[in-house]
Amino acid sequence: MHRRASRREFLLAAGGVAAGLGLGSIVAVTPARATPAEMQEAIRRVVGSATINPGKVKLDLPPLIENGNAVPLTVDVPSPMTAADHVRAIHVFTQKNPQPNVASFHLGPRAGRARVATRIRLADTQTVVAVCELSDGSFWSDGADIVVTLAACLEDGI
Amino acid sequence: MSSSRARLGAAALALAVAASAYAAEIPRAERRSGYDFMSRETRAMQDDDTANPGMLWVLEGEGLWTRKTGAAGRACADCHGDARASMKGVAARHPSLDVRQGRPVGLEQRINACRADRQGAPPLAYESRELLALSAYVARQSRGLPIEIAIDQRTQPFLDAGRTIYHRRQGQLNLACSQCHDDNWGRQLAGNVIPQAHPTGYPLYRLEWQGLGSLQRRLRNCLVGIRAEPYEFGAPELVQLELYLMWRARGMLFEAPGVRP
Amino acid sequence: MATALINVPARARRGEIIEIKTLISHTMETGFRRTQVGALIPRDIISRFACTYNGTEVFRAELHPAISANPFIVFSTIAVESGTLEFHWTGDNGFRVTQSAAIVVE
Repeated sequence: MHRRASRREFLLAAGGVAAGLGLGSIVAVTPARATPAEMQEAIRRVVGSATINPGKVKLDLPPLIENGNAVPLTVDVPSPMTAADHVRAIHVFTQKNPQPNVASFHLGPRAGRARVATRIRLADTQTVVAVCELSDGSFWSDGADIVVTLAACLEDGI
Repeated sequence: MSSSRARLGAAALALAVAASAYAAEIPRAERRSGYDFMSRETRAMQDDDTANPGMLWVLEGEGLWTRKTGAAGRACADCHGDARASMKGVAARHPSLDVRQGRPVGLEQRINACRADRQGAPPLAYESRELLALSAYVARQSRGLPIEIAIDQRTQPFLDAGRTIYHRRQGQLNLACSQCHDDNWGRQLAGNVIPQAHPTGYPLYRLEWQGLGSLQRRLRNCLVGIRAEPYEFGAPELVQLELYLMWRARGMLFEAPGVRP
Repeated sequence: MATALINVPARARRGEIIEIKTLISHTMETGFRRTQVGALIPRDIISRFACTYNGTEVFRAELHPAISANPFIVFSTIAVESGTLEFHWTGDNGFRVTQSAAIVVE
């Protein structure tokens, strides 16, 4: 399944990239990272100019996770979920992933309960933010900090 | 003269201690599955069949079990019937001796041997989706059962070979498996707890892989981790190591498909 | 060939809030990973998941690369009537999977 490139092939390819860029050495590729400002921008794109109040939505994340590839996340908004008073949507964002959006969940009175769980990827220790939209057009948010540790021996290259 | 004899005695004692430490297994009462070293969240993922991603492969394997294949146009089910009965305990007893080949084989190799001999089908590639699905499905039938590896004079040499590899320093980091997994289990290595390396959950869903993989894949990871040349899939050294590790875990309960960080 | 595991109670009382768990096999390739020689591996994710209950959409999710491989989504709905729950996953490269589950509501 993984064809191990011979050392010569690898160096030729890397050298080709470096030569093309007119550089003498192999270029290090740094992973992309969003910034807190980009997260705010992503939130604005969803929420518009409305005020976001802290509260109502509860974001549940473990404070520390062994591997950022599958972090269990639950969002819950206590709500009667009636036609007159319900949660329309819950949006989740991250601060330091390459891209700030995680998911948007669209609910409604048929949901019965405004509670969604999933597993997400987190690239680093950071803050995760959940924003919920209620049927009256108001927005509420909650944030959670989480420490992400990584595997000791990475598989890179197999 | 008495002081030199004392020094010799001390040296001999040190060697004896070192030798016994080399041969020391983790006492049965202290044996812990990797499950016990995981976070609450990862354990919860393994425990819930509706949330355990490994079950996706088990489900696929269940479908493959009844699919006719090969020149003989036969499905596994045609000979083995209901896997829940016929495969019970099988994964927990592998690697086991293949009498014809005269050496022990792992579960994946046993599946491929069956394909060749009984179905007239080509072998499935190591770590291919189909082979993982079939081995996950078979392994699932051993869940909750104790690992039992039968050793007799035919398999003893392979067990000894596996034990030797386990205790041998390897790679640029010059580390032996035993140094982490016998001598330092429970301690931290770069923010992670070192487990005892009992293969109680294979094939398992490793969060690091974001997919299901075999014990051989994990062993190759470890070898790369200590900067040693990893043996190719199916290499006799990997089967010997598998045999030793399963034997070392005898009596422990099988958990497949496991989830690990 | 995508495998999906759906957990829905087979029966429920009318008006009961039921929890539905879904798990589908998909690598959710983020589009941020690179090969050994630095080439970007293109994004390949499930971007949308929806559940319909006798034809009416009762839940919808837009997913981004930050959702883990083999997406796992748990949500709830009110057992209003007997019938069929349909689950739709769509994504990059024409990915489209639909599965259904029957429910008896008494």
